Amino acid sequence: MKKILEVSDLHISFHTFAGEVQAIRGVNFDLFEGETLAIVGESGSGKSVTTKSIMRLLPPDNSEIKKGKILFKDTDIAQATEKQMQKIRGKDISMIFQDPMTSLNPTMTIGKQIMEPLLKHQKLSKDKARERALKLLDLVGIPKPEIRIKQYPHQFSGGMRQRVVIAIALACAPKVLIADEPTTALDVTIQAQILDLMKELQKQIETSIIFITHDLGVVANVADRVAVMYGGKIVEIGTVDEIFYNPQHPYTWGLISSMPSLDSGDEELFVIPGTPPDLLHPPKGDAFAPRNPYAMKIDLEEEPPMFQVSDTHFAATWLLHPDAPKVDPPAAVKERKAIYQAKQAASLKGGQ
Amino acid sequence: MAKYLIKRIIYLVITLFIIASLTFFLMKFLPGSPFQNEEKLTEDQRVILDEKYGLDKPIPVQYANYMMNVVKGDLGVSFQFDNQPVTKLLKNRMGPSLQLGFQAMFIGTIIGILLGVLAAMFQNTWIDYGSTFLAVLGKSIPSFVFAALLQYVIGVKLGWLPVASWNGFASSIMPTIALAIFPIATAARFMRTELIEVFSSDYITLAKAKGNSRMEVSFKHAIRNGLIPLVTVLGPMAVGLMTGSMVVEKIFAIPGIGEQFVKSIMTNDFPIIMGTTIFFAFLLTVIILIVDILYGIIDPRIRLQGGDKS
Repeated sequence: MKKILEVSDLHISFHTFAGEVQAIRGVNFDLFEGETLAIVGESGSGKSVTTKSIMRLLPPDNSEIKKGKILFKDTDIAQATEKQMQKIRGKDISMIFQDPMTSLNPTMTIGKQIMEPLLKHQKLSKDKARERALKLLDLVGIPKPEIRIKQYPHQFSGGMRQRVVIAIALACAPKVLIADEPTTALDVTIQAQILDLMKELQKQIETSIIFITHDLGVVANVADRVAVMYGGKIVEIGTVDEIFYNPQHPYTWGLISSMPSLDSGDEELFVIPGTPPDLLHPPKGDAFAPRNPYAMKIDLEEEPPMFQVSDTHFAATWLLHPDAPKVDPPAAVKERKAIYQAKQAASLKGGQ
Repeated sequence: MAKYLIKRIIYLVITLFIIASLTFFLMKFLPGSPFQNEEKLTEDQRVILDEKYGLDKPIPVQYANYMMNVVKGDLGVSFQFDNQPVTKLLKNRMGPSLQLGFQAMFIGTIIGILLGVLAAMFQNTWIDYGSTFLAVLGKSIPSFVFAALLQYVIGVKLGWLPVASWNGFASSIMPTIALAIFPIATAARFMRTELIEVFSSDYITLAKAKGNSRMEVSFKHAIRNGLIPLVTVLGPMAVGLMTGSMVVEKIFAIPGIGEQFVKSIMTNDFPIIMGTTIFFAFLLTVIILIVDILYGIIDPRIRLQGGDKS
């Protein structure tokens, strides 16, 4: 698989009155052609900041890329000028936002908003752009596009608006599509429709998707690979199966344990204790250590490096160090591991 | 749309009727009559005059007569200006006031909006501070101070424009500027505040994410959304300007309506008071109607609610 985007050692800070908030503290990941990479993590973990920086949409007056590279094609986006970025935005990399109720311009027709990137990047004539916009509306499943194209956002429901936002994002068939919690503001039935639509369009347009979410159920549905972020860093990254069935980092364990399952009965839902780290004064060791029941002394002293679990699976926890004691992961995680091993064993038998 | 307009015009007529009636009775309740203050008049002469102008009849009859004439388009005859018809007086006096008001409004809002946009685009830079400073000056210093200043510098010292006269466009420039200061300041402040809010909204981020430059984002996407609250204050401001700023008219010796209105109240010149009030009310209601239509043009969400439901 070919790399389409390469983020290495990214550091981003926000300058506030209280001081420098180190929102991103060394993020590394690659995005391959045609894949969907989900970034999960709680609020404030740096998911949105990372992806906004890929489009350089962070507020220029108080944010700063301190260090690192964001390589797209041959351009380092971290160093790109505003002019260069204007050519990339909407054409090579585009974005779907969280709240469809507020992400469309209320005073502009849907048609105009979809045609805008077409006129801008593909230099289509007005008629051609309109034709293409009609096709896009049809593609994202909006009925009667000829009527709808002349309407304004307030004449659309939330789910329909998100389809329009998707049509705008896909107008120029971008190489990378960033979806920042695209289903969070929608109700569950519409969520499923939007996710299906995105999966189908991804196949047609052959784009890579970075999918930000804090909903692990959504992740399981759409992602090929998953990156778990905590305190401005990626703490674990791997394929969907690896993250869901063989998680290594105690934070991932916590996330998986706090997922409700169909057969969970009256017992209380698991909650990760404590609060996220204060990135104004980032902790010295592992940022998750104060909330981690498996924390060791070294977690408070030194940051864990990325340990390799498999070719595709990495996790930053000292528990993977050869000298670390063997610990017992939470029951929910053990169950999953067991299911996974059983499945693998079954598929091995089936293969023979 | 046509249905909506017809409905609004009917409302407009009702509003005007109520305003005219209220003004009529309020005026009659005021002490004094047009001829009471004239000490030279004998009792007989006063009776003759009262009879001539119908002031001897009971008030309800006077009211009915007046309203009948108004419907026919006759606003009566002035008591103080040589029996001239009020409509003619209004026509002569309204022109300069309307012209000045319109010019001041036009220049004021355009410059004000531009200043506000610049201030919002370059927030917390010297452009923003400069525009804020100008706006504060414009709002806090009364227009007659500017008027006197303009007269002194441009009229007297430089001699570029006539100091105080009313012939031709040249003599309207300085009063227009003096009157425009306030709308400039108001529009600039409104625009800046609203645009800063608009700039932080999601659809502006999306507009940037499409690859629009800062200018394109501001002019194609932001301004129209930022205009909505400004339109509300523009209506009453327009009426205030068009009906004449008394002081500015006086300073520049402009034969406008503002001065005449005040004079007519002092002398109990009933027909003029009534005529001017009805005309002002008419202007105000028409401008409010225009503002409402403008709203619909700027904001499609309002267009539908106002138009289709009615």
